[in-house]
Amino acid sequence: MTSAPPTSPAAVPEPIEPGNSLWHDAWLRLRKNKLATFGLVSLSVIAVACLLGPLLSSYGYEEQNLDLGASAPSAAHWLGTDTLGRDLLVRLLAGGRISLAVGLAATFVALTIGVVYGAVAGFFGGKLDAVMMRSVDIMYSMPFPIFVILLMVLFGRNILLLFVAIGAVEWLTMARIVRGQVMSIKKMEFIEAARSLGLGRRRIIFRHILPNMLGPIIVYTTLTIPGVMLLEAFLSFLGLGVQPPMSSWGVLIKDGAEKMEEFPWLLIFPGTMFSLTLFSLNFLGDGLRDALDVRSSKD
Amino acid sequence: MFRFITSRFLQSLLALFLVITATFFMVRFVPGGPFTAEKAVTPEILRNLEAHYGLDQPLWRQYLDYLGSLARGDLGPSFKYPNRTVNEIIFDKVPVSAELGAISLAVALVLGIGLGTLAAIRRNTWVDYVASSFGMIGISIPTFVVGPLLVLALAIHLGWFNASGWYGPADRVLPALVLGIAYAAPLSRLTRGGLLEVLNQDFIRTARAKGASEFRVVTRHALRGGLLPVVSFLGPAVAGILTGSFVIETIFQIPGIGREFVNSAFNRDYTLVLGTVILYAVLIMALNLAVDIAQAWMNPKVRLES
Repeated sequence: MTSAPPTSPAAVPEPIEPGNSLWHDAWLRLRKNKLATFGLVSLSVIAVACLLGPLLSSYGYEEQNLDLGASAPSAAHWLGTDTLGRDLLVRLLAGGRISLAVGLAATFVALTIGVVYGAVAGFFGGKLDAVMMRSVDIMYSMPFPIFVILLMVLFGRNILLLFVAIGAVEWLTMARIVRGQVMSIKKMEFIEAARSLGLGRRRIIFRHILPNMLGPIIVYTTLTIPGVMLLEAFLSFLGLGVQPPMSSWGVLIKDGAEKMEEFPWLLIFPGTMFSLTLFSLNFLGDGLRDALDVRSSKD
Repeated sequence: MFRFITSRFLQSLLALFLVITATFFMVRFVPGGPFTAEKAVTPEILRNLEAHYGLDQPLWRQYLDYLGSLARGDLGPSFKYPNRTVNEIIFDKVPVSAELGAISLAVALVLGIGLGTLAAIRRNTWVDYVASSFGMIGISIPTFVVGPLLVLALAIHLGWFNASGWYGPADRVLPALVLGIAYAAPLSRLTRGGLLEVLNQDFIRTARAKGASEFRVVTRHALRGGLLPVVSFLGPAVAGILTGSFVIETIFQIPGIGREFVNSAFNRDYTLVLGTVILYAVLIMALNLAVDIAQAWMNPKVRLES
């Protein structure tokens, strides 16, 4: 009960109040799920390594060693070096910071827009809801990945723009899920009770309705992060994402793919690291869905 | 049903109009024009070029002109390839991407639905575990990792295929496999989940009790309902196979429309950018419409908005 979950960006939230049996039960169910636990542990390890690793290493991620050039994994450089003699392990961990940061930040943008939009549409209902959800339908049918590519090409590769562009693509499903939840919760008796006590709309939405749909929101957020990270890496792979001297896993994979013929480790290690992270996030999301008993049906 | 289809159709038209307008103004409000890259352009030549393509007109005029010619099916001349129209370029490149997409889709459907069905009817056996792991691995390893790794192993080390290019039938294998697997993975998970839900229901027990063979139970009774989630995934999936081909066409250097689109954006070839965006938008909207109709047709419970 008092054992705090490991600190990681995607960690299960601590029980809201001590002895809150609903969250505690979910935590126990999650821990029984071996694959989800594996995902949680490996994510925590990756996150901590990315945060602390570059500080502990004796190499800087930009530090070149042109005499050395590309070298295979060795005792001095565990994962080898790239063509400029930079230590791959440090670059991998430093790039991980960017990839994880983009994943979390863009997901946060999507989460905020989606929850507010969905909650407003679901709570007020009627004409407003019809207009808002019809707009979501229309946006669903737009070629958004193409817009993101276009935005990145035309307006330069600004990392802030990257967050906003990706976040703006990913909020639609969240809005639909939240709306559906709000519609069903707002008919329940405790909401009527809150209303008869004279509480304002804002207080009812944010204090009474929102906390009751944290489950689906957490699950969907966990499953959005890998999608967002994939989109960032996809853009970086096309040369449209993060720009040097910064690097992300997508950039490292792109560089590795270009040089894989002579120096295969430059592709294999970043590819493995990225895939392992997505793998863990997907397992954790699946596990959370079972643990929090969220029905997978959308809308 | 008719009202449902018309309202969805009108909605798509509105969305298409928004896409065209947004893209038109987005490309124009960006620093750098199509002719800035050319070095020896004197101001006079630049003015002539702009007059030739109508770029000296006020923006609203250009916009109306563009909509006018679009209504006649004319996407205009390319700014970057002299003497070529956008229509020509698109007709040139689309068959390549369409071929890649069609083969990949076939791979995805056969592999995805096949493995998903196997996993569902052999639930909790090693068959299920193998198929489910394939699903999870396929979801988590992106195409731009699988692609280069397969090239490294099968093309460079074993020499079975060419590392890139688009000439003989053998050049189709790797790109279609990479793109197909990426969509087979989520398809297999959806199929398994959908089938498991259906296989527990009473009408399946009735079918079994009547003595129908297991094969018939699965193919005739269970798959119809079990594939519902798959159908709704297909719209986005086909769209994804089309947009995903950016990466595949880059890795394997395939002369398709995806690569052309990225290049045209870099070159600020306004008309070519617009033309490709419109093409993608029309395709995606048509697919979504088809999925909505197919879903309504397959499941009477999906309520039609009226």
